[in-house]
Amino acid sequence: MKTFALAGNPNCGKTTLFNALTGSTAHVGNWPGVTVDKREGIYKSSKIKINIVDLPGIYSLSPYTPEEIISRNYILNEAPDGIINIVDATNLERNLYLTTQLLEMDVPMIVALNMLDEVEKVGDSIDVKALEEKLGVPVVAISALKSKGIKELMDRATALPKTRVGYTVLSERLKESIATAKAFYEKENAKSPLFHAIKLLENDELELACGGVEGPLDLISKDIDYEAEIADGRYKYISEKLSKVKVKSGKNIITKSDKIDRVLTHKIWAIPIFLVILLAVFHLTFSENLLFLNGFTDNQAWMPTLVELGLASETDGVIEYNNFGVEVLAALYDGAVYSPGVILTNFLNLFLDHISDGVITLMENGAAAEWATGLVGDGILGGIFAVLGFLPQILVLFMFFSILEDSGYMARIAFVLDRIFRKFGLSGRAFMPMIMGFGCSVPAAINTRTLSDEKERTATIRVIPFFSCGAKLPILTAVAGGIVTAFGVGNADLITYGMYLLGICTAVLCVLLMRNTSLRGETPPFIMELPSYHLPRFKNLMLHLWDKAKHFVKKAFTIIFASTVIIWLLSHLSWNWRYLSDIEMQQSILASVGMFIQPLFTPLGFGSQLGKFGWVFAVAAVTGLVAKENVIATFTTLAICVGAYAGTGTEGGVEELAGLINLIAVDSGVSQAAFISALISFIAYNMLTVPCFAACATAKAELPKGKFKFTLIFWLAASYITAAMIYTVGAWWWTVFIWLTAVSAIVVLIVLRNIGKFDMLSLFSKNKKGDKLK
Amino acid sequence: MKKLLSDFKCGDRGVVVSVKGEGRIRRRLFDMGVTPGAELTMRKKAPLGDPIEINLRGYELTLRKEEAGCVEVETL
Repeated sequence: MKTFALAGNPNCGKTTLFNALTGSTAHVGNWPGVTVDKREGIYKSSKIKINIVDLPGIYSLSPYTPEEIISRNYILNEAPDGIINIVDATNLERNLYLTTQLLEMDVPMIVALNMLDEVEKVGDSIDVKALEEKLGVPVVAISALKSKGIKELMDRATALPKTRVGYTVLSERLKESIATAKAFYEKENAKSPLFHAIKLLENDELELACGGVEGPLDLISKDIDYEAEIADGRYKYISEKLSKVKVKSGKNIITKSDKIDRVLTHKIWAIPIFLVILLAVFHLTFSENLLFLNGFTDNQAWMPTLVELGLASETDGVIEYNNFGVEVLAALYDGAVYSPGVILTNFLNLFLDHISDGVITLMENGAAAEWATGLVGDGILGGIFAVLGFLPQILVLFMFFSILEDSGYMARIAFVLDRIFRKFGLSGRAFMPMIMGFGCSVPAAINTRTLSDEKERTATIRVIPFFSCGAKLPILTAVAGGIVTAFGVGNADLITYGMYLLGICTAVLCVLLMRNTSLRGETPPFIMELPSYHLPRFKNLMLHLWDKAKHFVKKAFTIIFASTVIIWLLSHLSWNWRYLSDIEMQQSILASVGMFIQPLFTPLGFGSQLGKFGWVFAVAAVTGLVAKENVIATFTTLAICVGAYAGTGTEGGVEELAGLINLIAVDSGVSQAAFISALISFIAYNMLTVPCFAACATAKAELPKGKFKFTLIFWLAASYITAAMIYTVGAWWWTVFIWLTAVSAIVVLIVLRNIGKFDMLSLFSKNKKGDKLK
Repeated sequence: MKKLLSDFKCGDRGVVVSVKGEGRIRRRLFDMGVTPGAELTMRKKAPLGDPIEINLRGYELTLRKEEAGCVEVETL
């Protein structure tokens, strides 16, 4: 089977062409060693099948971004049967710049001229025949969007000769130097000697890294600025040839993009508009009160709930729906209209609940042992379904952000916000993934792919969990509510907002710390195209979401599955392998592990000083690793089994926590100030520590190789230090001076090291430093 | 009159004379079409004053003032 590589600029319609060519056969993976999408698919026609490899979107073949290196190495080393170079006709000049570089490779090639119809719409025209003559390779006009010209493109692609000798468009002035360098590569029997020769002249890092190039470098003339001359030569050639190929109508039209831009990047309105769009996205994904039918603050209860309407009945907090129809209705409305994200989640949960109920009933009827029913129902199904339950909201959030990305708006956001982010050593692009973290860390980590700088990306992925996600919100509200109920002090909302703020501040400080220590490097340059606005393509969007869903489900059934089962087993087995029901969890292996590790949390305030019931906090922190929802679920279960709360449970778990807090306060005799600090430190710890399994699995996949281990240590260190700081300062205010001294000492050391006055390595061994600062 | 691109005001037009700067930035500017002889128009500044948006070779490019300081332009 023949293989063709698809190469072209970003935003030139490459994805659309790829989808049009390969349809449902496409599959996505990563290029070995890097997290750049590797997409492959099969083109089928009446005659033959062709394998299509989609190379990353690139502007050039310079060795500065992973995308460019991948594309270059793929074409040079994997030797595809041909390159399909897709060229955006509306932006011919810059697109052909890449074409002139591809022409230098000894690989058969065809140009697909996309969006010619757009050019003709504004009255301009391009002479395709003339372009073909000038370039010396076939040129076919296509419309990827309307699937026009695809057949002709592929027919001519398959008819390409087996080999092609590269040629260059560069001028006479450089000929001699190029010939000298080329002779060297020919002697070395390199593939595409012309391409290598020109890259060598450009002082290309990859070429210089190969041995033996000093010889030819000595022979060539030194008084030419090759880099400038070569780039200039390419563009000169293009504009000279273009003047004959492209006919401008002369009309100077203010494009639609300009008009949109006048509003969206307006001096005053840009930021407010952006904030509104962002709020709308989150509202549509997470809101349980979409149309504000239920008032603008919580529970103004303007509209009746299903129970009030007599469609359902409530006993002991459990709602019984009158029939299946009402159950479906409850997914859409119950006192308020839900957002699309919540509705999809509800439907999925409805479906999953019925499966799980069915399986459990079946097992019970089949007289299966209680432990087996528990393992399958709560452990396996419960665990997987808890993770799958995220999927609708992750996909909805991802869909909105894909729309923003595809439409071209995301680039404008980066443009508007770059100024702020540069202060922390990041670029404006880092904003999106961070803000997505408030929804869910999983799509947020995937979205860091838009960052080209590896260090920037690593730093961003590491701080994403600090932007408290939807699943952590219940921890915040329940513990804050528990503090207020038990001690009668403070304001739960204020504590919650304060914690959000703490997360953001920690993220900013950690980025600053990393960018000055382990991830030092220059602020990545910000030289970026602002693509024209266009409507996102529905088909592309759906294919994109389908890929994401597939990845996530695959993970849910492998690593997440294994981890949930293990945690379930540990919490339902005693040391002598006896099965324990939920109520007996106190005797489980997990509980004794909790008691064993309890002293570790003493510096954070929720360790040994909380006495004989304090292990509940340690266990909750461990179960939180599976999914952050588990933290509160664990509390409510354990509160009941240690006798801190007598009842059937309330929504949100505030009452159970308050009961637990009172019980522990009486039992251990800790002071109120120390206990409140300990509880706030507990929230901070859970918010900043290692995120749930799903987020960890994604972070591992998205981080550069070998960075995940340190990332785990970083999360543990960041949460531990912050929580300890909160507890000690809250309990003994004067410790603030100790912390300030320590922090200033570290800052001074880092500054001194960075200006080269002090060698940190003489104090710490290399590894130790990595642990502390990564 | 020669000027640095970073000193341009909205609506100013010019032709690139030379591109300086460290290897990676210079390379990137070249690849994006900011080469000697290229004609460009300053379009606008971001709401916070930086980065800037220019139009050249028929498309919109954004870069920071810091990088724009590497580009010397002859005003038109």
